[in-house]
Amino acid sequence: MNNNSDISAQLAERVREAHTKGTALNIHGGGSKDFYGRQTDGEPLDVSAHRGIVSYEPTELVVTARAGTPLNDIEAALSERGQMIPFGAPRFVNCTLGGAVASGLSGPGRPYYGALRDFVLGVKIINGKGEILNFGGQVMKNVAGYDVSRTMVGALGTLGVLVEISIKVLPQPVSKLTVQKSLATDVALDAMNRWSGRPLPITAACYDGNNMYLRLCGSNAAVDSARKKLGGELVETPDEFWQKLRDHRHGFFSGERPLWRLSVPPATPQISLPGKWYYDWGGAQRWLRSDAPTEKVQAAAGAVGGYAECFRHGDRAAEVFHPLPAPLMKLHRNLKQAFDPRGILNPGRLYKDF
Amino acid sequence: MRAQENSRPMIDRAKMVRALHEFLPVTAVLFEAEDLRPYECDGLSAYRHIPWLVVLPETVQQIQQIMRLCHRYEIPVVARGAGTGLSGGALPLENGVLLSLAKFNQILDIDPRNRIARVQPGVRNLAISEAAAEHGLYYAPDPSSQIACSIGGNVAENAGGVHCLKYGLTVHNVLGVKAFTMNGDLIELGGATFDSPGYDLLALMTGSEGMLAVIVEVTVKLLPIPERAQILLAAFDNVERAGAAVAAIIADGIIPAGLEMMDNPAIRAAEDFVHAGYPVDAAAMLLCELDGTNEEVSEQVMQVRRLLQQCGASEVRTAQDEAERARMWAGRKAAFPAVGRISPDYYCMDGTIPRKQLAHVLSRIGEMSKEYDLPVANVFHAGDGNLHPLILYDANRPGELERTEEFGGKILELCVAVGGTITGEHGVGVEKINQMCVQFPSAELQQFHAVKAAFDPLGLLNPGKAVPTLSRCAEFGAMHVHGGKLPHPELDRF
Repeated sequence: MNNNSDISAQLAERVREAHTKGTALNIHGGGSKDFYGRQTDGEPLDVSAHRGIVSYEPTELVVTARAGTPLNDIEAALSERGQMIPFGAPRFVNCTLGGAVASGLSGPGRPYYGALRDFVLGVKIINGKGEILNFGGQVMKNVAGYDVSRTMVGALGTLGVLVEISIKVLPQPVSKLTVQKSLATDVALDAMNRWSGRPLPITAACYDGNNMYLRLCGSNAAVDSARKKLGGELVETPDEFWQKLRDHRHGFFSGERPLWRLSVPPATPQISLPGKWYYDWGGAQRWLRSDAPTEKVQAAAGAVGGYAECFRHGDRAAEVFHPLPAPLMKLHRNLKQAFDPRGILNPGRLYKDF
Repeated sequence: MRAQENSRPMIDRAKMVRALHEFLPVTAVLFEAEDLRPYECDGLSAYRHIPWLVVLPETVQQIQQIMRLCHRYEIPVVARGAGTGLSGGALPLENGVLLSLAKFNQILDIDPRNRIARVQPGVRNLAISEAAAEHGLYYAPDPSSQIACSIGGNVAENAGGVHCLKYGLTVHNVLGVKAFTMNGDLIELGGATFDSPGYDLLALMTGSEGMLAVIVEVTVKLLPIPERAQILLAAFDNVERAGAAVAAIIADGIIPAGLEMMDNPAIRAAEDFVHAGYPVDAAAMLLCELDGTNEEVSEQVMQVRRLLQQCGASEVRTAQDEAERARMWAGRKAAFPAVGRISPDYYCMDGTIPRKQLAHVLSRIGEMSKEYDLPVANVFHAGDGNLHPLILYDANRPGELERTEEFGGKILELCVAVGGTITGEHGVGVEKINQMCVQFPSAELQQFHAVKAAFDPLGLLNPGKAVPTLSRCAEFGAMHVHGGKLPHPELDRF
């Protein structure tokens, strides 16, 4: 690719300058998740030109790429060698690796393959002082120093500008298929969790309000035999189905009503809140379209040991993430201070306070 | 930040004991020399300090009171689980309280529907899988010390095991912790959900070697016990071929549950000890475990057998039954004690390297073994590149421990030089603290110190471990000038 380039030195220079002047920066990649988190203003810092795969070694199961590299480019390179990005981060449109890591979102495979954060092996970042720092590495196991790499995941750029990221990749499954079954909500929640506790090659489980969908991945024989155990009907275009769920292109996700993401213990029974539900992650990630007030949604999630964030739409100037208890909020502020002493990196994107 | 590991306590010991007795039973505070002695080291016995005091609380509230008291008088606290750590992470301080969590050994809840277990930090790793077994579930990380090591220590060190390539380390299998920060604040990170709001402090806590907070409860993820596990053993006449076989298996799209390599000295030691039926004349041996559904395992066993033969294995064996499988693993899992039988002492290293560097690294270790005149046996988590060279020495021979430490340090520096790391799963502790200066430049080390200060501004939790001060690196660097380049050139020298 001829549009690959390393602009980390310029980016660091911009951050150093902003640090000196105390200018807030609004870090920007592919722009696919501009809607996510809180509204911020600040001078744009565009990292999308910092792109390209730096190294890819299929037998080491590791790819390292610059933060501005589109996830689709990485996926294409992996696919040529029969490998894949396991965490299936939402692409929306034109999602970059840096943006995926900064938002920390994982796709439908999360309960079975692991989350995006589980696959991050190392990062190069620019902290709020404009220093380029390396943490973690390109090896599978590494416990030297604090796990700063994973701490960057989901921090929405408030702790550092992601420059380069190494992720663990996996081989593509030989065989996959998806079955669907028409069930009532309680029955579906029960079934997804019951099947997930059995040694079956399930790699995704969701319920759209009418049908439960289970994806099976593995060797031919394993998938065939599990299919017999599970029953149900085959979904004709399974890849498309799961991609549409991952990227919020199913009908459920259209419209302007606030979209809430609830993270709860997977077997939690139905939660009593007004609105429409879509259950992913075998019940552990629940999407809710609702006009219910923030306090009510968060209290209902909290009551079952979970959390709720206003994912899209709604008031983006208010707090959108689940509130933190005071001792945790204090640690967050301290940590922000440790990485970005002048508070110039995406201030207010995660919480109003920092 | 002060160097808390050297500061004098602000309160005398008798007074501190009285203050502790206000909320702790008499038997929960140890201060007599003979009572303190058993706590002088963890699994890395080459380093020993007699702690100032040992406390053995029984309730979470008592832990909080201990933390507050120590915070008030600025007394360092070192948390200790089962004491099986291999990097001196729980090495006590002569001016500090050793906080034993051994009495927190209860499994609080097994929730089969949500596939989680909530346990106290002193619960043994293996006890979790034993308790979950009736539900067809287990806890995946299995460090070799799993019959003894505790889950709190596993989280503190981000423990690994032989099944990490497929199932991950501790960090991938822990969903939540409750912990006290040094000032006695209780924090809850994660829980029964797959994620939680704000920064991923759970990841930061995991592997933080007791430097950020003291863990008082852990929620772990449980997985369905695979329908079947099958193990293959392959012998090779040279190490390069064994290394190539590892790459070939992964390139063919297989992620084995376990993929272990042992070199000839390790094979012989394990065979003498356990009689696992290992090929004692092989230069290297691979153990490859495949798990999953019945059908999947059958397919993959054939595939791996073919690959191993294509890569020049002199022998490929499949365990015929569960007893043989257990025996094949027993040799590997007992490799450390097996080496302990053939040498008065051994020193276990823990570097990780890109797999493709294996042959090069092993041959360099062989050369250095001759230079230092110290034999080495190598066991290797080949799947994830985590190498455990065991240096054989005799601590009673003057100068041999020092030579061993220097040799070990060189091995770690070699791991860094080929693109790896100084520790894959044992942690830095006190053992590898100098090599942290080789792996990280000053700016990164300063960032680590800033992270530490965010949790523990007074630097009281396990001071002197895991992250070296810059002046320590300057001193260490002065001994290790490489190619005329002074590491950490920005520092003042003394």
